Amino acid sequence: MKILVCVKQVPGSNNVEVDPITGVLKRSGIPSKINPYDLYGIETALSLTERFGGTVETITMGPPQAEAVIQETVCMGVRCGTVLTDRRFAGADVLATAYTLSQGIRKCGEFDLIICGKQTTDGDTAQVGAEVAEYLQIPNVSNVLSVEDYRDGKLFVTASLDEKIVTMSISLPCLISVDGDINTPRLPSYKIRKTLTDDSVRFLTFADFGDQDPNHYGLSGSATQVERIFPPEKVSQKHNVEGDAQTQAQTLFALLGQKKML
Amino acid sequence: MYNKVTSADIAALQAILGEADVIFGEAINPDYAHDELGGISCMPEVLVRVHTTEEVSAVMRHAYERNIPVTVRGSGTGLVGAAVPIHGGILMETTRMNKILSLDANNLTVTVQPGVLLMELAAFAEENDFLYPPDPGEKSATIGGNISTNAGGMRAVKYGVTRDYVRSLTVVLPNGQIQTFGAAVAKNSSGYSLKDLIIGSEGTLAVICEAVLKLVPLPKVSVSLLVPFPDMKTAIEAVPAIIRSKITPTAIEYMSRDTILFSENYLGKRFPDTKNDAYILLTFDGNSDAQVNQDMSVVAELCLEIGALDAYIVDTEERKKSVWSARGAFLEAIKASTTEMDECDVVVPGNQVDTFIKFTHELADEFHVRIPSFGHAGDGNLHVYICRDELNEEDWKATLSAVFDRMYQKSVELGGLVSGEHGIGYAKKEFLRRQYGETPIALMQGIKKVFDPKNILNPGKVCF
Repeated sequence: MKILVCVKQVPGSNNVEVDPITGVLKRSGIPSKINPYDLYGIETALSLTERFGGTVETITMGPPQAEAVIQETVCMGVRCGTVLTDRRFAGADVLATAYTLSQGIRKCGEFDLIICGKQTTDGDTAQVGAEVAEYLQIPNVSNVLSVEDYRDGKLFVTASLDEKIVTMSISLPCLISVDGDINTPRLPSYKIRKTLTDDSVRFLTFADFGDQDPNHYGLSGSATQVERIFPPEKVSQKHNVEGDAQTQAQTLFALLGQKKML
Repeated sequence: MYNKVTSADIAALQAILGEADVIFGEAINPDYAHDELGGISCMPEVLVRVHTTEEVSAVMRHAYERNIPVTVRGSGTGLVGAAVPIHGGILMETTRMNKILSLDANNLTVTVQPGVLLMELAAFAEENDFLYPPDPGEKSATIGGNISTNAGGMRAVKYGVTRDYVRSLTVVLPNGQIQTFGAAVAKNSSGYSLKDLIIGSEGTLAVICEAVLKLVPLPKVSVSLLVPFPDMKTAIEAVPAIIRSKITPTAIEYMSRDTILFSENYLGKRFPDTKNDAYILLTFDGNSDAQVNQDMSVVAELCLEIGALDAYIVDTEERKKSVWSARGAFLEAIKASTTEMDECDVVVPGNQVDTFIKFTHELADEFHVRIPSFGHAGDGNLHVYICRDELNEEDWKATLSAVFDRMYQKSVELGGLVSGEHGIGYAKKEFLRRQYGETPIALMQGIKKVFDPKNILNPGKVCF
């Protein structure tokens, strides 16, 4: 199975502040890392090739420094990866990002399976995976909790819907977006890092793409404009459980059940 | 020898604390009879919840006049029965004295009440760009408890233990007198260090009511390395080589695959790697990526030369959580894997860790008992657990006693001590007595008598 995982470089801290006047994330001085949700995708991909054979590659869109996240995926066991980088890609919304990725993926070759993380920690839209699938004209399943099996050219996946969990089969080639916390991603290897070579990362620019219309990329290819960015409201709730020990235990049990924690 | 708590005593305590914070008879939750390991158990006659130093003073004055024993308890996470009221009497719970009183950024100190939890202090320090370095595994322990046992934890290799971070203590003496020992100063050559006598005295000399603790600037970069080895012998042999390299990691922990699997079962969460038999987990901190990466690379290379199979980089919040949350749960995980257990918290010179661990494996074979262990390979403090599993009561007691005898004897042979950080409490008194002999124990008893002539504060612990 030939697998491609989409990854993104995001701020290294979960506590990045938003400038209240400009509405822009204050990235200055903040180190970067791979979007944590993408790590579950990489682990899913590597586990699948351990079970069924095949190779894993990664792809990202970003500035040239995004090379670091591709190198990190190689340290986790991925074969190689691609950075899509060009000034014309800057300012892309989800639609233009998905289109750029789909163009880059076509250039990278044929893949049986494309895996995305559920969302990014700096964008939180959870839309890019499905839109990439649409541009590539391949089937897509979101909120995948596990890949149960691969046989007869089909993938059997379990996915979470709001009310229920479903298992379905999906023909390859396809795209899946995996949920967070579905596995424990393996750690990057120091031994591999030592032996990293330049050919583990390749760069593609606008000039390499099949579609040469610059209006399809970056800010000009975006269907939406950001008017304002603001941090999400933090809500904390307290629930006091009253009564004797048995009543408290029963109430707590019911509450945990409602919250899907049991 | 001691007076029993009477209805008049209850009334007097209620007058000091109010009715809600004086609990007696069957209203006392049975959990107050024991600590985390539960080897010794005894109910208090009355449980009091104190909120202020003045309340502690008033309760102690009453107990002193009436000759009633008092045992102080924080979160109850101790492992040697130090907070168990073995003579009944008053159990004084300090968890409501849980305020962080002030932060002094000029002198790099924080002033806290004893019921503040370690995790609360750690988070507060970090929010203010400081680090409170002591880092015991049990984050829900109170700072009062940490000071009482001189808790060490995982950063001791580089930063030392709780004692190194206590500037001053405000305490209540057994007769009710309020006294401050030490000061918020960096140096102190002013007579005997009474503050240092209180630290590690396990609630036998005075009741800790306020502590001024030293902080350090929060290192900007921190990276861990999880290093897999084919076997524990090779893993432990790497530790002295790391120390000799003059790189000082903040932590050097060892763990076996078995222990990691217990933790996976207990937490319901997979560890990032379980393919190998033995692991060393190290942390490096500093103020620049370049410096931390350099330190990490030197140690990784060294480990690979010695026989490590790889060195996994643990560099993001998520990765640290996946590794360190498992490490933090080892004690509970081993506990959940057996019917009953007891622990040995010996500390041996760093170069004897391998010998001691090998010896525990020999004992496990000889006595047909499971003895998992983990611990601070970098500072020689080992946490060794003897698991009862299916043994009957009689065989369990005999096995435990024989295994403990041999372990503590071996620790003495290797130049070690009875406890690295969990304390003596009630459970390890006999082993302390055997190792130290008459004179040191008599000196300890003498100190105890000066502080507590009526022997009402946590009697029957440490040296009595």
